[in-house]
Amino acid sequence: MVDLLSGLLPAEIWRLVVIVLQILAIVLPLLVAVAYLTYAERKVIGAIQLRKGPNVVGPLGLLQPLADGAKLFLKETILPTGANKVVFLVAPMLTFILALIAWAVIPFDEGWVLADINVGVLYLFAISSLGVYGIIMSGWASNSKYAFLGGLRSAAQMVSYEVSMGLVMISVLISAGSLNLSDIVLRQKETIWYVIPHFPMFIIYVVSILAETNRAPFDLPESESELVAGYNVEYSAMTFALFFLGEYANMILMSGICVVLFLGGWLAVPGLEWLPIPGVIWFALKICAILFIFLWVRATFPRYRYDQLMRLGWKIFLPFSLLWLVLTSGVLVAFGWLPGQG
Amino acid sequence: MIAALIFYMFAALTVGSAVMVISARNPVNSVLFLILCFFNAAGLFLLLGAEFLAMVLVVVYVGAVAVLFLFVVMMLDINFLKLREGFLQYLPTGAVVGLVLLVELATLFGGWAFAPDVEALVRSPMPPVAEVSNTEALGRLLYTTYAYLFQASGLVLLVAMVGTILLTLRRREGVRKQVIADQVARTAKNSVEIVKVPTGGGI
Repeated sequence: MVDLLSGLLPAEIWRLVVIVLQILAIVLPLLVAVAYLTYAERKVIGAIQLRKGPNVVGPLGLLQPLADGAKLFLKETILPTGANKVVFLVAPMLTFILALIAWAVIPFDEGWVLADINVGVLYLFAISSLGVYGIIMSGWASNSKYAFLGGLRSAAQMVSYEVSMGLVMISVLISAGSLNLSDIVLRQKETIWYVIPHFPMFIIYVVSILAETNRAPFDLPESESELVAGYNVEYSAMTFALFFLGEYANMILMSGICVVLFLGGWLAVPGLEWLPIPGVIWFALKICAILFIFLWVRATFPRYRYDQLMRLGWKIFLPFSLLWLVLTSGVLVAFGWLPGQG
Repeated sequence: MIAALIFYMFAALTVGSAVMVISARNPVNSVLFLILCFFNAAGLFLLLGAEFLAMVLVVVYVGAVAVLFLFVVMMLDINFLKLREGFLQYLPTGAVVGLVLLVELATLFGGWAFAPDVEALVRSPMPPVAEVSNTEALGRLLYTTYAYLFQASGLVLLVAMVGTILLTLRRREGVRKQVIADQVARTAKNSVEIVKVPTGGGI
């Protein structure tokens, strides 16, 4: 069948078609995952607060995300007067697109990756550093004080936490000796999951991704008690939905990166390799575990004050991750464990 | 064929957005076009096979520097009508500066020639691309041949950082700030005092 089709089309076009199909194979499950992450969030927080959560639409409320989606799709998109229309409409699209394109380099299983590039870690870092634009642009273009304050807060917050995230990533990648995500996972197969030697970095990374995705307890850009809804206060219908989808896709993405860097990506839990579970399922299970932390934290912790947030990022995480980086390189050199030196 | 098309797309967008940076009326739009310009320059680097430089360009310039630009420019409260008022007044000065730059560029390009061994340099990248990835090759050069220069640039950045902190550091008297060490160091013993209050006497 495949040979027949490839005979009909020129090779370049055929390659293009395959890539488009691969992209769809990543994006469609991702969108379903996003929809059911919102459902899981409401169910988990409901359980923590001794409520039922959504339980009306469909069995166990399972169709609730679809109903929410349909509602957002059918509502009217409102453009505020005085808004910069182009930037106002580009911002949510940018947020959503950035949350999707980062998945190109995530390895789902050995060889299951859309673009197996040598600078995968840097690519992810570049894309996640762009995420701030969607928010700051929406905050500015809305021509509203609350949205603007939310946008500014988020810009400062995301830039601050990226610094320590970058240092954490460097600690991991000098242990692995590669910027390629598949190589990092394979290296963990040879040695040990990096969550064990780099446990303090794992903690810092998990806290940083909470800040980076603007989730509780660091959801200051949209803190509803002071800024109404922050940067997205003027958005409605599909434009709002794109922000929402982008935020949740980013949560899944950041959990995915965390799993690849620290929890051995698609590898089975040590001792359970005999189970007939494919790597991609392990990968999904580990992502779910990290996502559960996101939801758990949201239901448990009160919101940080802004100066405390900045203090945590700059005065605690940054020096500590820098120290850990020096320590890691020192240990690797002292014991001759540097990858590539045998 | 496709590579050439992609190159022309990136190149045209780079030049186009660079023109928009200086011609856009709204400074925020200018910065947004600057970001687009950086982004397309990164695309050009990718086409050259310099993937490390492309990613670093995006991380550093787009992800950090331009965010701060945007941050500052958005906070400016500019009256656009006033901005355009002095146009004729400043035109001669601007024209002179532009002319000087043009002459400088002309002399630069007039006296510009390729290094005599450029062909050989291009043909033998150090080390060969097929064996060592781009990032590794850069790292090898940077931490061996150019180690001192690398350290020196680090020092320059450090000095800039210390200078910035010095400039913005100010002590204000009488401002109550949260001192977390003090809070942690407090115990029940030194913060709670039990007093026997005589009736009608007060403390």
